[in-house]
Amino acid sequence: MAEATATFDVRRTGTAGVVDIRGDVTAGSEDVLMKAYESAGDVTAVILNFTGLSYMNSGGIGLLVTLLVRARRRSQQLLAYGLSEHYSQIFELTRLDEAIGIHDTEQDALAAAGAA
Amino acid sequence: MTNSSNDKPAAAGRDEANWAKMVSRLKVSQVPEGAMNLNVDGRQLTSPIQGFGKMWQKTYVVRLPSERVAPTELIATWRKDFGDFWPPGNHFYAPLTGIEPGEVALLNMKVPGMKLSTGVMVLYADEESFTLMTPQGHMFAGWITFSAAQQDDATVVQAQVLMRASDPIFELALVMGGHRQEDQFWIQTLGNVAAHFGHPDATVDTKVVCVDRKRQWSRWRNVWHSSAIRSAIYMAEAPIRGARSLTHRTGA
Repeated sequence: MAEATATFDVRRTGTAGVVDIRGDVTAGSEDVLMKAYESAGDVTAVILNFTGLSYMNSGGIGLLVTLLVRARRRSQQLLAYGLSEHYSQIFELTRLDEAIGIHDTEQDALAAAGAA
Repeated sequence: MTNSSNDKPAAAGRDEANWAKMVSRLKVSQVPEGAMNLNVDGRQLTSPIQGFGKMWQKTYVVRLPSERVAPTELIATWRKDFGDFWPPGNHFYAPLTGIEPGEVALLNMKVPGMKLSTGVMVLYADEESFTLMTPQGHMFAGWITFSAAQQDDATVVQAQVLMRASDPIFELALVMGGHRQEDQFWIQTLGNVAAHFGHPDATVDTKVVCVDRKRQWSRWRNVWHSSAIRSAIYMAEAPIRGARSLTHRTGA
């Protein structure tokens, strides 16, 4: 329903794909996020970099659940770093943190994924 | 584009007030008269990740002429009178403060053969959308987002569910007609919203996507919290509670 207002740039680091998120993540971001995910290709882990996140609503949280399902289907880990305290709490509240590993830095996330 | 570990989170606090504050377990602050308060107090929230069944995304949409109602006006009305738009026989006991982030509401639902008691927490609410999230034992694990947005000359009203059945019994119930019943519930609700704004004959479009066909068998133990089983036991015990109450009164 909503238009995409976020960008998702993908870079390869070791065996992981790092997705740099910038802007507002809402339900309208679905197509661009999924395209970014597909462009990461054959990786063992997908790491979401939230340092450039401006805003995320519940539609955006829903997208992450969908992304998690896709990653699990391919036996890929899904990790995140750079979340503000506020969004870290949202991950905890919605219990996404039980399935998406949250880390402080990209190095930590890469190490946890065994992709450093 | 390069990023380093020195990047600071840029997320501003512009939406902090729209989200519920962190809670580990739910607490019903007030029980409205006539409401059955079971299966909510002390329960944890459940996202689709914690559910059992296949994961579904169901979207129900109705379009209204934008001159009739603006998205913000529609959402304000929907938040204020949320339960009034539900099909008859089902009760949404809104908190006194209304649909506000972090508030917990009791639901007494009409299901075949019984009244089921459960609840929801308001996870997110702003001027154009709000999201309700389910606790352990609810029919499904997940959330439902209600939104309205301007598109061309229409106000597009949407309810979108992202869910898994909570446990094997609810999964079976969904397969045995529960999906159809749920679709009818939200189609009727959106129809009632449209009628409220002067469009009783508006068509509600439904889109159903199976996001994950796999069932999470490791979650079968969720059945322990089942609101259906616990509501049924509560109803079955009603005569015993009545007799005890009578005995106490007689003895006093």
